[in-house]
Amino acid sequence: MSEQRCVRVVLVDDHGMFRAGVRSELGERVNVVGEAGDPAEAVRVIRETTPDVVLLDVHMPDGGGQSVLETIGSSLPDTRFLALSVSDAAEDVIAVIRAGARGYVTKTISADDLADAIKRVAEGDVVFSPRLAGFVLDAFRDAPITPSVDEDLDQLTPREREVLRLLARGYAYKEIAAELYISIKTVETHASNVLRKLQLSSRHQLTRWAADRRML
Amino acid sequence: MRADAPTGDHRQVSATLSVSPPRVRRCYRRPDKGLLGGVATGLAEHIGISTKLVRVLFLVFCTAGGLGVALYGAYWIVLPPAPEATKSRFPAWLEFTLAAIAGCCAIAAAAASLPFGGLVLPTTLALIGAALIWRQASEPERDRLRALSRSSLGVGGKDRLGRARIAAGAALIVGGAVIVLARADVTAIRDGLLAGVVTLFGIVLLTGPWWIRLMTQLGDERSERIRSQERADIAAHLHDSVLQTLALIQRNASSPREVARLARGQERELRTLLYGDRTASGQVADALRDAAGEVEDAYAVTVDVVLVGLGDTALTERLNAAVAAAREAMVNAAKHSGVTSVSLYGELEATTVVVFVRDRGKGFDPDEVAGDRHGVRASIIDRVERHGGTVRLTTAAGSGTEIQIRMPVS
Repeated sequence: MSEQRCVRVVLVDDHGMFRAGVRSELGERVNVVGEAGDPAEAVRVIRETTPDVVLLDVHMPDGGGQSVLETIGSSLPDTRFLALSVSDAAEDVIAVIRAGARGYVTKTISADDLADAIKRVAEGDVVFSPRLAGFVLDAFRDAPITPSVDEDLDQLTPREREVLRLLARGYAYKEIAAELYISIKTVETHASNVLRKLQLSSRHQLTRWAADRRML
Repeated sequence: MRADAPTGDHRQVSATLSVSPPRVRRCYRRPDKGLLGGVATGLAEHIGISTKLVRVLFLVFCTAGGLGVALYGAYWIVLPPAPEATKSRFPAWLEFTLAAIAGCCAIAAAAASLPFGGLVLPTTLALIGAALIWRQASEPERDRLRALSRSSLGVGGKDRLGRARIAAGAALIVGGAVIVLARADVTAIRDGLLAGVVTLFGIVLLTGPWWIRLMTQLGDERSERIRSQERADIAAHLHDSVLQTLALIQRNASSPREVARLARGQERELRTLLYGDRTASGQVADALRDAAGEVEDAYAVTVDVVLVGLGDTALTERLNAAVAAAREAMVNAAKHSGVTSVSLYGELEATTVVVFVRDRGKGFDPDEVAGDRHGVRASIIDRVERHGGTVRLTTAAGSGTEIQIRMPVS
């Protein structure tokens, strides 16, 4: 814990107004080292500045946040991505998470919550908005129908489910820890396990589920 | 605009207003530029060589038994005029006459080289009939075509002119055939048969491309109509809701609370339009969403709705009670918690529906609520328990309130 070292952030969003708004809202709490308005520029700025956290808009022309994630890949292991979107569409959210984002928050998030989420992602934690937690619960709702390659990845443990339900109900990590009589560290571990499952699960339902949502 | 998900294009189509169909390079004839029907010019443009060369080629082919003329005629019939070439350089009657003369020449040339040259007159008559019908089809008059397409051979119900033309064309074809038969020797039935076959062939030749052209035009027209309809729908929606809301927001600019309420309501509506209800949908889910929306509108708070599960169970009396209780809980949170954000989380399973309503407001001590205040007791707890459900209330002064409503489906 390097004391008071400001988290270095790059903002990626195709709306300049929105970037300006986020920048002024976050104010002194983070150090915005760069901005980008499209995926190509984003990749360049991120490579140049190697920030701690990239606030990544899901919807942009030319491929959106997902293409940035795919281009950067694992070449910058110390840079973490937090997806930010106005969309409620499950398949978009699941897609950026599976492409490597460490969390997802909606653009309506308050400045305090956003600053907190950035800090948490910078420290290696995972950020689940209530909505994302709901998506994950929904996606993993049924037991896999076909025997899967990796049982472990395709199922949530009861405890993880419990944590997700509390997240969906709007609980903060601290509150979850108190509710379940576990430490915050354990809550974080559960959350990152869920994220790993979300990213790696071969569960065919996951993709199908997200695609189905679009049809409704 | 969006991530490259495999199923990703659908929404973009409905969200962006103008959608252009994939561009296909097509060969057109250019009646506005060419000398005759614009066939040579069109071909030259399509292939990318000089118009003169194409013309020379056609002339060369003409020496080979009139092949050039036949080819030119065929292209004239098959190639559609370029869309930008709305007007021919020639008046319609001249074009028609030229086409007729070209056709007659071709027939005369063919007749001269064949043993039964006496068929020239009837065949020419038949050809003029054919030309009449052709002219009818190649005019891109959409309304008339649409009317035509409804009846079998294009006898449009109200289109008197078109009907007359078709009748004239058909009469000429039949006339040609009759003359052939009349001239033919009784012994030479062979000629008659041949004439019949020729006539039949002519008709097939006539109607085939005619239908093809008709179909393409109709298809184009239909997709255009659908597109403009969609555009009109979105425009109407934007006008009805978004512009109205913006006007209201401007008028209420001095009241942040009112502006937030208006913006939130509009956001909800647009979201439904753009994304549909992607998470749980169905009666229970809809009822909960509607309740949340009403509370948002009435009390200028934000209700974050997260629903998991099917939610498509029919809205029984029981579930109605649960939804009503949840609504009451949201109202309480909006009115008394002192915060402007409420979470609604629902798990809608086949056997049980569990709803959580939570706020991070000031909370309260249930024992201290005055006895004559019925809110929580009567409209939430009693209502749910009467229908066989349970309610769990978690609250303490300063730590927010959470109400859990659990209701078995059956």
